[in-house]
Amino acid sequence: MSASGGFLDLPFAKRTLANGLDVIVHEDHRVPVVGVNLWYRVGSRNERPGRTGFAHLFEHLMFEGSAHHDSGYFAPLQHAGAQVNGSTSADRTNYWEVVPTSAVDLALWMESDRMGYLLPALSHGRFETQRNVVLNERRQSYENRPYGLALMALMAALFPFDHPYRWPTIGDRADIEAMQFEDVQAFFRTYYGPANASLVLAGDIDTARGFDLAEQYFGDLPGGTRPAPVMVGAAALGSERRILLEDRVQLPRVYFAWHSPAMFEPDDAELDLVGDLVANGKTSRLYRSLVYEDRIALDVSAAQQSRAMTSVFVLTATAAPGRSLSDVAARIDVALTRLASDGPDEAEMERSRAQIESHFLYRLQTVGGFGGKSDQLNAYNVLRGNPGYFQADLSRYQAATRESVRVAAARHLLSSGRVALSVVPAGQAVMALPGSAPIVVS
Amino acid sequence: MGVDRTVMPAVGADPAFLFPAIERHKLSNGLDVRVVTHGDLPILSLAVTVPGGSSSDPAGRHGLAGVVADMVDEGTGGLDAIQVSEALAAIGADYDVEVGADATVFTLTTLARFADRGATLLADMVTRPRLHEADFARVRQLRRDRINQLKDVPAAVAERAFLQVLYGGHPYGHTAIGDDVALASLSLEDVAGAHRALYGPVGSTVVVTGGLPAEELRAIAERGFGGWVTSGASAPAAPAPHDPVRSDPRLALVPRRAAQQSELRIGRLAAPRRTPDYFPLVVMNAVLGGQFVSRINLKLREEKAFTYGARTGFDWRRGVAPLALYTSVHTASTAEAVADALREFDALRGERPVAARELELAKASLTRGYPQNFQTVSQVARAVGQLALYELPHNYFTNFGSSVHAVTADEVTRVARSYLDPSTLTVLVVGDESVAAPLSALGLPPLETLAV
Repeated sequence: MSASGGFLDLPFAKRTLANGLDVIVHEDHRVPVVGVNLWYRVGSRNERPGRTGFAHLFEHLMFEGSAHHDSGYFAPLQHAGAQVNGSTSADRTNYWEVVPTSAVDLALWMESDRMGYLLPALSHGRFETQRNVVLNERRQSYENRPYGLALMALMAALFPFDHPYRWPTIGDRADIEAMQFEDVQAFFRTYYGPANASLVLAGDIDTARGFDLAEQYFGDLPGGTRPAPVMVGAAALGSERRILLEDRVQLPRVYFAWHSPAMFEPDDAELDLVGDLVANGKTSRLYRSLVYEDRIALDVSAAQQSRAMTSVFVLTATAAPGRSLSDVAARIDVALTRLASDGPDEAEMERSRAQIESHFLYRLQTVGGFGGKSDQLNAYNVLRGNPGYFQADLSRYQAATRESVRVAAARHLLSSGRVALSVVPAGQAVMALPGSAPIVVS
Repeated sequence: MGVDRTVMPAVGADPAFLFPAIERHKLSNGLDVRVVTHGDLPILSLAVTVPGGSSSDPAGRHGLAGVVADMVDEGTGGLDAIQVSEALAAIGADYDVEVGADATVFTLTTLARFADRGATLLADMVTRPRLHEADFARVRQLRRDRINQLKDVPAAVAERAFLQVLYGGHPYGHTAIGDDVALASLSLEDVAGAHRALYGPVGSTVVVTGGLPAEELRAIAERGFGGWVTSGASAPAAPAPHDPVRSDPRLALVPRRAAQQSELRIGRLAAPRRTPDYFPLVVMNAVLGGQFVSRINLKLREEKAFTYGARTGFDWRRGVAPLALYTSVHTASTAEAVADALREFDALRGERPVAARELELAKASLTRGYPQNFQTVSQVARAVGQLALYELPHNYFTNFGSSVHAVTADEVTRVARSYLDPSTLTVLVVGDESVAAPLSALGLPPLETLAV
């Protein structure tokens, strides 16, 4: 392999406590900090129609206090110099602190207290306040933002009404407004026990001490259960479904979305490469033809949005002023057809291999936070059942060939149905792709 | 085996923090080179700071520095724009450019084995861009289209209007992207002239960081940038723009019909980065609104639920920088949120001065987490570039903790009195016009409605 080969590794030790909590420790003593990272196997896919937004609401409620520290979660940790945050996706929720080595005990005490003793401190008033904060988050991040509702529209068109990937992680507004306190408490009892969680300590900590501390702070919490994972495959789309959304925007944008293989499944890595090859950055084929040469689009991007049950591949382009989405769409189809017939050339594959190696290496620079080593170990443990998957993950990309990339594009982006969403300026439905049906998202 | 949950664990002694050694060299062409050995991964980061930021834009040419920076990856030597990007990709590089008010910073991170290729490529791009007419026309049009799109982004509308209201015609009074009329009038000769005037070795800084010995890092910089010659009227670092005229406080509304939220800015012109008040101001800001547990976020988010989050901060510059509250609040709560925020600005001046516990929390959170800012090679490269830009000493990062701890409660109150008087604060709202009447009833200056 390459000269960086010896460094491309993410070693760890793992144990599972008697109550079912997975504990993983990774040592890195370069900086006197420790990433404390806790994943719960709960996301918006564990919700149901009419009752959406619960997992994300907990990403707020978990910071409001627990039985033995009955006030804000941030104050003691910020006093210790910690960075603190969390996030929610369809498949999981993560919570993390990056603390000075001297504050690991504090972070574990805090995390274990909210895991074991959140509900005694969860008052109706705190719930109501955070419900309103979430409604403001929804306004800020989606409703009051150009193109902010596009992904919600795509998912609603790709999946039937009861599919767990149909609704947004933040939840439908009506569901957030209708949440009942008792339902919120029940949701916590179901999903937030040690048996449904995975803890990683990465950084300036000895492995033995890491396991001792985990046992000390979490070992006496009742395990609870690990609910069976929700598993629903993709619903097939027979053909192209065209929809349109009017928005407060200046220029029309087209989104194409296809069902694609689940995270880590065959073709998942190849489709990741297809996204880069076709539409990401100035070296991509569509940037060159649409933005650089013909100037009919302002921007173009694509991503294999990998998820646990089934994925979605999304390709987006914004039309230049005076250019039609039909022209843009036709050029996209030409590029996809060509890729599916000829595959990438050798120079494209070489560039892509260099970028893969470097970006896996860049990922090893931080122990904590989003995307740091602790988050990666938890992702592999929770989503793959194997925290040691780092090198196998890298190998998936290194093993990709011109032919495997070509086949993935042909199999998933040509021979099946897709959703084509046009987002157009208000009152300009005529700018949408022909035959698009208006939809309403709120 | 269980733990005592009645007592929160104490935090141990703070780990020692020493910023890695910075070696400084002046190359024969006058270029300031600083190298830092950091980490043990085979990764390298270069940060080039040139003294041309948005404040160097001449009147009527707002957006010029941004266009020049954008042209840097549009071709050099025998490489066209696409080939430059292919060359970056071939060495696995992350390339980034940031046009600030005082300077433009180019960063490139790559694998150590591509160090020389990366340094040479970046040097060619920055010092000898091709500047072809067709590339210029495309880049300019993309930026004009972007300006058009930003009309619908409330935070971007607020940023642009707030700088205009605070600074007026001062060089800091516009955003880096500039305005459409100015971009439409630019010529390729304007771009070439600005590049000649601003992109020279004298006054620029190159920082190289990575897991290699200092002498190797220095040699990489020298091989890459030693041939950079002054192309024209290259001058020492641009002087800080003259102090802006202090503007009167204003209350301004940029209408956004049926907006679900009001984008809010409350602030004033405050101080230059090198102000002797710097550390008291940093601590004051941490108490007021710099952190999750700061007074304004606890009031507007955790108590009132008016917003997803609210923060205050300085947008530091070599010249006088603004201090502002940045938030987005539910339309119906706009006037009440403004009143609550102004009350918090005022209270810190005396009615509710910083409490001992608050002061301790602010200092501890600023200092104990500080080493986390310097984990990656690009973080370290950018940080050292900031030292050069603001002419701060090499021991600045190592001494940050003791400087913060030296701040007293009286100093916080003193700077709060100087900088937080509500009668000096400008309030800017981007929101639905229904907020006008309740805002007008707050007893602030008369409400002005601004066009976009």
